[in-house]
Amino acid sequence: MSTAKKTISFELNGRLVTADVAPHHTLVELLQNEFDLFGARESCAQGLCGCCTAVVNGKAVSGCLYLASFVDGATVQTVEGLSDGAKLDPVQEAFIEAGAFQCGFCTPGFILMTKQLLDAHPAPDDDQIRHYLAGNLCRCAAYPEIVRAVKVAASKRKNIAA
Amino acid sequence: MLVAKLVRSTVAHGRIKSINIDEASKVPGVYRIVTSEDIVKIIPHPYYGPAFHDQPILAIGKVHYVGEPVAAVLASDPHVAEEAARLIVVDYEELPAVFDEVEAQKSKIVVHEQLKPAGTFPDLKHLHGVRDTNVALDFQLKRGDADKAFAEADHVFEHTFRTQQVLHVPLEPYVSIAETNGTSMTIHTASQSPSFVRLEIARLLGWPENRVRVRVPFLGGGFGGKLYIKLEALVAALSLIVLRPVKISLTMEEQFYTLTKHASTFRIKSAVSKDGKVTGRECEVWWNGGAYADIGPRITQKSGFTAPGPYDIDNVKIDSYALYTNLPPAGALRGFGIPQLVWAYESHTDLIARALGVDPLDFRRKNILRDGRPQATGTVVKDMGAEACLERAAQLINWNTPFERGKGTIKRGRGIAVGFKASISPTTSIAVVNVAADGSCTLFCGTVDMGQGSDTAMAQLVAEVLNIPAEMVHVVHSNTDITPYDMATLGSRSTFHMGLAVKLAAEDAKAKLEAMAKEVGLPPGSNVPIRELFERKYKMQAGTVVGTGSYIPPYTSPDHSNGQSENVTPFWMVGATAVELEIDTETGHMRIERMINVADVGRSINPRIVETQLSGAAIMQLGFTTTEKMEFEAGQVTNASFADYKIPGILDLPGSMTNVVVDVNQHNGPFGAKGVGESGTSGVSPAIANAVEDAIGVRITSLPITPEKIYRAIRAAENEPLED
Repeated sequence: MSTAKKTISFELNGRLVTADVAPHHTLVELLQNEFDLFGARESCAQGLCGCCTAVVNGKAVSGCLYLASFVDGATVQTVEGLSDGAKLDPVQEAFIEAGAFQCGFCTPGFILMTKQLLDAHPAPDDDQIRHYLAGNLCRCAAYPEIVRAVKVAASKRKNIAA
Repeated sequence: MLVAKLVRSTVAHGRIKSINIDEASKVPGVYRIVTSEDIVKIIPHPYYGPAFHDQPILAIGKVHYVGEPVAAVLASDPHVAEEAARLIVVDYEELPAVFDEVEAQKSKIVVHEQLKPAGTFPDLKHLHGVRDTNVALDFQLKRGDADKAFAEADHVFEHTFRTQQVLHVPLEPYVSIAETNGTSMTIHTASQSPSFVRLEIARLLGWPENRVRVRVPFLGGGFGGKLYIKLEALVAALSLIVLRPVKISLTMEEQFYTLTKHASTFRIKSAVSKDGKVTGRECEVWWNGGAYADIGPRITQKSGFTAPGPYDIDNVKIDSYALYTNLPPAGALRGFGIPQLVWAYESHTDLIARALGVDPLDFRRKNILRDGRPQATGTVVKDMGAEACLERAAQLINWNTPFERGKGTIKRGRGIAVGFKASISPTTSIAVVNVAADGSCTLFCGTVDMGQGSDTAMAQLVAEVLNIPAEMVHVVHSNTDITPYDMATLGSRSTFHMGLAVKLAAEDAKAKLEAMAKEVGLPPGSNVPIRELFERKYKMQAGTVVGTGSYIPPYTSPDHSNGQSENVTPFWMVGATAVELEIDTETGHMRIERMINVADVGRSINPRIVETQLSGAAIMQLGFTTTEKMEFEAGQVTNASFADYKIPGILDLPGSMTNVVVDVNQHNGPFGAKGVGESGTSGVSPAIANAVEDAIGVRITSLPITPEKIYRAIRAAENEPLED
């Protein structure tokens, strides 16, 4: 196993950071081991469940498959970066208000995907919501509440924009 | 901290001839490789389990299923441990294996030479030392005279139904950490049963309980998987061997080698009079327990006695067998065996109604078990809302209103089903409520919140008793140094058992606050705020009031010879489901348009959480009904990934779902409440099979109900069966 590490630097949740990564390290390992960020977590390890979702250069990726060295020079956003510390993101607020999680393990992935959905479709219908979130799994099956949360989030964002 | 990666058996049944660790040891960064030889040096008898002490920490001499842990590699870097684990060569002498639960009953292939009941359950003691059988438990129940009922019956119906192996797959896979200095130990674990973990680890190590501390944070789902001992004994042993903290976190694939839900075969036979009354029922259930008993023998008995369903039947005979096979162990999964039973008895009930030309709802109405009547065990039921749930589900699906039956190749149908469950008894919960000098409260309770919202419900109970806002109650998560004993978070028992303990603890605190009020000279019934009471007594913000509560329900163990008991459960849970679906007869594809789930949960403590529990349980059961199935080849799981094992996603929901409760007050529950976590699963599978028959006239008798199975059944019914 190669242990040769290389130093990468990237923007993590708005802050410029550097880290030493081995070629086989994934983005999830990088976030957890080097930065104590546990919002993106490995579950299926095959890019099928969405629990490991992180946003790289504005696009959601599966952090369990995305190699850490690829974020060199990129901007990375995780669920921890959504809140400004005092106030939650409207999508986070909406998930709480709609009760859109039970155990919460999948929630960071759903929230990041919902944000991306609303960036592309500010007022999505049910089909758009389901299509966009089809790559995220929730074993507690809070899906009906998640669909409601997306709608609540859309209206919150609309009110903020107005 | 060291991370352990496991070497797992590649054969279903075999003797371990040798374990070669030479190449693995050479991998740079490997700290230690451990096999059972090392384990027995610190734990001479390293077998664990809640019902039987049959499961070794690492395989000793033999392996009993593909995927059984044989060796552990420890390294700081998980990738190093993983690479080294692949280089370990285990040589086996393969033995013939048995996989099918019905075959296992009579097979000459024996999974374990001798039965090893744990001794904790009095009703398993007679099994001690029994040899050369795969039957881990044979539960029998006899009520009335079933043989006579069949001899005198106008109609006799007999069917056999099967369910497949499925599993929990919480998105947070099993994970545990142990740290020890050699004389005491802390285990951080994703467990639904911290008290049991402490007891069992202390027993294995020969330590007093107070030297083992078990801490449990929020769980990323559990569903019955994270019960009893999973990784805890192994991390405990490994950390004792190396005297360093050790962590094991399983991969998704490894969950498939850890615990499944019992596959089952259920032969059910009914005697029916010409006016549509079921007069006798014979139930024979085989539970595929896999290689280790886990809680299977309890399921065999505690669920087994409800096998005739929520029906008023005078003459009943039940045989329920827990079988060992060479498959991954099976345990509790959201329903404790009940969904397998309801699948069979509600499919059977529908078949009888259709054969008699009676409306399936009317047939159920005629036979439903009502309050005041004895269930199969002889226990007279009380606060059991089977009839109410059935009626409400029928009303919400507009059962009596004609509906569009479909056009051309699309056919539509409706189905309904109702199931019930006893609470696992007798089990204990203990709680402590601390009231601080400012009136805020801390609740110490061992119920594990794994997404079901128990923290909220328990806080509400304290708040209700002490008349404070729920936000003023902080719930301390399991830490066995400070949280008192709780049997486990399972079987929808927490709201009732822990709920009552919490209520008693809060009432105890309240009584002490009232005594304090009297002491400081306040008249009875005065509404002085709690903080003022403390100030008056202690002259400053100081002091604590501690309330304690302990609850174990009254219970009578079933008679060993006939399964009869006058008090077999403190409460009954009920779930009914009605569906409306359409089937494309050219492809066998099914689309569920409407699903109604109705449950009797007593009085809801938190109606919103109750609704999401029903919804979540029903969608999970929808997966077990339509897509989920562990595939095996020579005992090897061949679809151990989400790519090939399909759990429900957001596109798989019914067109519409309604989840409601009926108004039943559970007389002995906390504020009239009882459990809810499992009730949404009960009726889903048979309601769908019943609707399939309603739509296209074919009956599916084994789960899952796949498009292929439906299409094959259609072709078979047309006398043009497809080749295999």
